[in-house]
Amino acid sequence: MNLTLYVWRQNGPEGQGKLEQYEAKNVSPDSSFLEMLDEVNQELIETGIDPIEFDNDCREGICGTCGCVINGRPHGPQEETTACQLHMRQFKDGDSLTLEPWRATAFPIVKDLVVDRSAMDRIIESGGYTSAYTGQVGEANQTLIPKPLAEYAMDAAACIGCGACVAACPNGSAMLFTSAKVAQLASLPQGKVEAAERVKAMTATAIANGFGNCSNHYECEAACPKGVSVKFIAKLNREYIKALPK
Amino acid sequence: MILDGKCPIGPIEKTWDQHRFDMKLINPSNKRKFKIIMVGTGLAGGAGAASLGELGYNVEAYCYQDSSRRAHSIAAQGGINAAKNYPNDGDSVFRLFYDTIKGGDFRAREADVWRLSQVSNNIIDQCVAQGVPFAREYSGLLSNRSFGGAQVSRTFYARGQTGQQLLLGAYQALARQVKAGTVKLKARTEMLDLVMVDGVAKGITYRELSTGEIKTSWADAVVLATGGYVNVFYLSTNAMGCSVTAAWKAAKKGAYMANPCYTQIHPTCIPQSGEHQSKLTLMSESLRNDGRCWVPKRKEDCEKPASEIAEEDRDYYLERKYPSFGNLAPRDIASRAAKEQCDDERGVGPGKRGVYLDFENSINRVGESTIRERYGNLFDMYEKITDEDAYKQPMRIYPAPHYSMGGLWVDYNCMSNIPGLFVLGEANFSVHGANRLGASALMQGLADGYFVIPYTIGNYLAGVKPGEVTDEHPEFKKSLEETKSSLDKLLNIKGKRSVSSFHRELGKIMWDNVGMARSKESLTEALKAIPALREEFWQNVKVTGDTKGRNSQLEDAGRVADFLEFGEMLATDALHREESCGGHFRVEHQTEDGEATRDDENFAYVAAWEFKGANKAPELHKEPLKFENVKLAVRSYK
Repeated sequence: MNLTLYVWRQNGPEGQGKLEQYEAKNVSPDSSFLEMLDEVNQELIETGIDPIEFDNDCREGICGTCGCVINGRPHGPQEETTACQLHMRQFKDGDSLTLEPWRATAFPIVKDLVVDRSAMDRIIESGGYTSAYTGQVGEANQTLIPKPLAEYAMDAAACIGCGACVAACPNGSAMLFTSAKVAQLASLPQGKVEAAERVKAMTATAIANGFGNCSNHYECEAACPKGVSVKFIAKLNREYIKALPK
Repeated sequence: MILDGKCPIGPIEKTWDQHRFDMKLINPSNKRKFKIIMVGTGLAGGAGAASLGELGYNVEAYCYQDSSRRAHSIAAQGGINAAKNYPNDGDSVFRLFYDTIKGGDFRAREADVWRLSQVSNNIIDQCVAQGVPFAREYSGLLSNRSFGGAQVSRTFYARGQTGQQLLLGAYQALARQVKAGTVKLKARTEMLDLVMVDGVAKGITYRELSTGEIKTSWADAVVLATGGYVNVFYLSTNAMGCSVTAAWKAAKKGAYMANPCYTQIHPTCIPQSGEHQSKLTLMSESLRNDGRCWVPKRKEDCEKPASEIAEEDRDYYLERKYPSFGNLAPRDIASRAAKEQCDDERGVGPGKRGVYLDFENSINRVGESTIRERYGNLFDMYEKITDEDAYKQPMRIYPAPHYSMGGLWVDYNCMSNIPGLFVLGEANFSVHGANRLGASALMQGLADGYFVIPYTIGNYLAGVKPGEVTDEHPEFKKSLEETKSSLDKLLNIKGKRSVSSFHRELGKIMWDNVGMARSKESLTEALKAIPALREEFWQNVKVTGDTKGRNSQLEDAGRVADFLEFGEMLATDALHREESCGGHFRVEHQTEDGEATRDDENFAYVAAWEFKGANKAPELHKEPLKFENVKLAVRSYK
């Protein structure tokens, strides 16, 4: 199949970006979206044009490194699928694809489709953990955790930190990302101890780093490649209100 | 030279405890005076950096990814072993130790494996305290499942995302130390040289991948936790950025590379579908708990859909060949068995390089919903890649390079032969011998990071004056200049072939000649082809862009250049090891029914290779292996 790409090219954080047109020729429907980009890059290299920079690593949909906005949708048209797991059979011969980086105040562009997502790390650094020192903990089975609770925590913990939720949100909010960690830890006995401090610190850090607020568009859930539910945002809000008087 | 692993002597069950007591300590208020560099933030590096930060050391942690949460440990699916014996099925520290030594085909050090088994239980405790959402029973207790190479259920798991959850636990512990100020994190950096001062590791030179700047950093000790090297095969289950580069830079400064020929070819990966392919995807070994491997008995049935092949016409070859372990035979054995069937022209799917992994019996026995609960994400991933529904038709799988048991040589303290250079996790060679059992990589990474390096590095640092050498030493400037000129050299070749075309070709040489079945002929062929390709690379590679700013072509070029040297050492090791053991299978050394034949008399040693320069033969150093607690025996899973 043959496709036309319109790709955001920007030479650096300060550069002026614009969409450039490229042709993707003889693409195998069995190749992944990133493999299609690999082949386009091979052609660009052969013609002496700098290849398109895009972040990627595991190509198994778990590391959260890859992602760009494809025709207006973070990670493209297939539900619950990262860009690396998106396969070209999802498109038709002759399609035009517009590829843009995650766009959000908190994510400065590094180059082309690559953005700086370190603001998400700073949210975790501000409280997304239990303060368990190595080696000072009790026996694992001393604390019972009901299976449904463990499953709930795992649903939240499935977040891969890719940033698609932020890119999808009209407010550039990291609420789904933040809430996934808050909900995972607040639902488990190990994380309850620090729950109040955690939710306050993490939400404050999100705001300080330029992420917007949540106004219930649910675009984040629709874009999330791991199907993380907005119910965790409700959980975050509940935890936040509980924490306020403390 | 005969190497000494410095293993403690005495009864094996006391070795680690006694050693911990014997090691020197550093006063809490002195720890902050020491600076430690950690390269890599996967399970070993992340856990290590966090734990060292907690102790009060001044840590700098480096990773090439944009966040320390993304190291490839995250992709581990199936689980992590521990000797908790929760299921009451006969497990113990000794049994985990025994299974690991035997699983490694008797090519690992006893003392290291004992320590791993002993701390395995602490790891589970630690991860639970961090809020890792392991699978649980309705009682609220932790759940276990079984894995290849073991007859007990000792594997803890978090759906099919165990690596992700364990890594996030370590990442969060690390994030906490970043906030506390004990760890400085440098993401999007790649180590490009080890700085040595008077034969001691004292720092690194690295490139900032966003800005292109080359910088140096000094430390009182350098720790590498930089993962494995199977991307030398080009197509593997590793992440695109995984490379041998950090380890190889250390090797070029004199660190020995141990047993590089021990590579793990994982039996259950999605077969290659075409030339466009950039990587192969693993399907967790845990699937073999409920899936049965088979191929048609008759060649002429291979083109038919699986559903049209009658039960009596199917060859459940693992169950046939290994009745007591069946589909849970260890990885090396299961991979070779799959290859055998395909070599016998009974493979299925495109190119007939595939075997079936069939869940029909299990779905009929426990129901589709239970299978979905256990492996749902794996089945989804399989469907996205292949466009096939594995609930309705069997999966097709084929072996693919997955893990490197070999790595930099280290002693019992995880220190390489270079004083001050420590190596953790997959990057070292220590515990898996010639074959790693499933769910052991996560165990080793976290054992090294949480429970080994915090003790052993103190023992080393106690003899070091903190800050004695800093980056004002001329060696740092020298390293910086050398690194810059090597990058300029790559950019100035301005040849005709892309970096990835060289990587692909190297991968093909390695897979065809140094893959699952190796022979004197194939290895000799590889040893001719690799230097020739390397020469062409340095004449004809085309690296676009410049050194300023982000340039992924330049990053890849450096990594491929290192693979082109390292691959030759791997093949050299494979040629020298005239035996078959674990993942290293020499066709000359097999029994009549195709089982590996070890040669304990001549090869019960660790082969540690010293790099002598490109186009020069590396020098072999040996560390003899002693087995005092497990009897050397022919490994049988029949």
